[in-house]
Amino acid sequence: MMTNPAGRITQGQFSFLPDLTDAEITLQIEYGLNRGYAWSVEYTDDPHPRNTYWELFGMPMFDLKDAAGVLMELQNCRKTFPNHYIRLIAFDSTRGVESIGMSFIVNRPKVEPGFQLERQESVSRTLRYTTRGYAANAPEGERYGN
Amino acid sequence: MSQPMYAIPGSVAANVPVEAVADPTVAPVARTVADVLAQSQVEAVMDELDHDLVGLAPVKQRIRDIAALLVIDKLRLNQGLAAQTPSLHMSFTGNPGTGKTTVALRMAEILHRLGYVRKGHLVAVTRDDLVGQYIGHTAPKTKEVLKKAMGGVLFIDEAYYLYRPENERDYGQEAIEILLQVMENQRDDLVVILAGYKDRMDTFFKSNPGMSSRIAHHLDFPDYSHDELLQIGDRMLGTMNYRFGTGARDAFGEYLTRRLEQPHFANARSVRNALDRMRLRQASRLFEARDRELTREDLTTIETPDIRASRVFGASP
Repeated sequence: MMTNPAGRITQGQFSFLPDLTDAEITLQIEYGLNRGYAWSVEYTDDPHPRNTYWELFGMPMFDLKDAAGVLMELQNCRKTFPNHYIRLIAFDSTRGVESIGMSFIVNRPKVEPGFQLERQESVSRTLRYTTRGYAANAPEGERYGN
Repeated sequence: MSQPMYAIPGSVAANVPVEAVADPTVAPVARTVADVLAQSQVEAVMDELDHDLVGLAPVKQRIRDIAALLVIDKLRLNQGLAAQTPSLHMSFTGNPGTGKTTVALRMAEILHRLGYVRKGHLVAVTRDDLVGQYIGHTAPKTKEVLKKAMGGVLFIDEAYYLYRPENERDYGQEAIEILLQVMENQRDDLVVILAGYKDRMDTFFKSNPGMSSRIAHHLDFPDYSHDELLQIGDRMLGTMNYRFGTGARDAFGEYLTRRLEQPHFANARSVRNALDRMRLRQASRLFEARDRELTREDLTTIETPDIRASRVFGASP
């Protein structure tokens, strides 16, 4: 993968940038809160790009005024799942939108082994392609050495 | 094309000239108390407090102290000295109706304008909002409330209900422990105010010494004097667009004197209730005269008979 030599998974916002610091995360949360979004923390250890629905950590946080509350929940999640992918998502409850307004990864496993490209021979010289995360071979919860 | 087209945070592009132009909006470094006062809203806050709240001298004094510390801390920072955010958790104790909740509401705004809390909203809760119904319910509930209060003030009314010594399996203790933890670790993010009646709060603090020691400001709200109550009555009437008619203010003073001697007097709350009853009597008095054209004057004036009709006057020999 020439565009992503480190094998970092790239999903949501800011994922091509270096990891955000807590101060930068706070600014993003603050931006979302000012737009009336409700933040929640999600985690997973399945890196597949089609794995859209991650596990929710705690409840979605409605009616928050300050980023410190979201950050507290995030630190809590990092303590529980230090080697999982953790992302923050912002739910925009505006009528007609009612969907995710922002989403970015805030925690990654120390080592991300990346994906294997599998080619499957099929009828009449057809090739079917699929990707499989190297880490996904282990059962859930043991994929990144934790 | 070796340089990326976008800026990477943390990396400094070499070819961007750094402009060292002084920003004219930044005020010069303050060296005196007057300078800091001019740059902040501290004085406006203190004046407003003096003007809006009757009595409560010890409370006002403590707010003044906190404001003074903020000013001095700014001067210390300018000199390069360490300035730590003080612990601002408070407990308000006092009899019913002495203004604990009113002051707590103001406190959020005051601390915000003094720059001690970032957002300045107030989250008022009681035991029901913090303590859950079954095992494992309390912690998420308490944390949710704490998260909502971040950047502002968490006001726990009747805080002594959190601890129930008669039931050792009560979940209140769990809520207290989570509160203590956050009060200690996130002092910059949150100010907790506990309020309750004096005697019950004393027993609460005695059985939870950790809570007592983490609260820096124990404020005791004194009962109002007769004159202060009369002043409060004037203010309340003013905000409701009423006024006393001739002799009515004296009658109200007399009413207060008699009411003070009776049991269950709840200070400002009793004054408000009394005024509400007087409004009712005024309304039915005006209601009687069906064909009379009522002027603005009639509608806003509370007359002596409205006050004299109270049962407080009837009870005396």
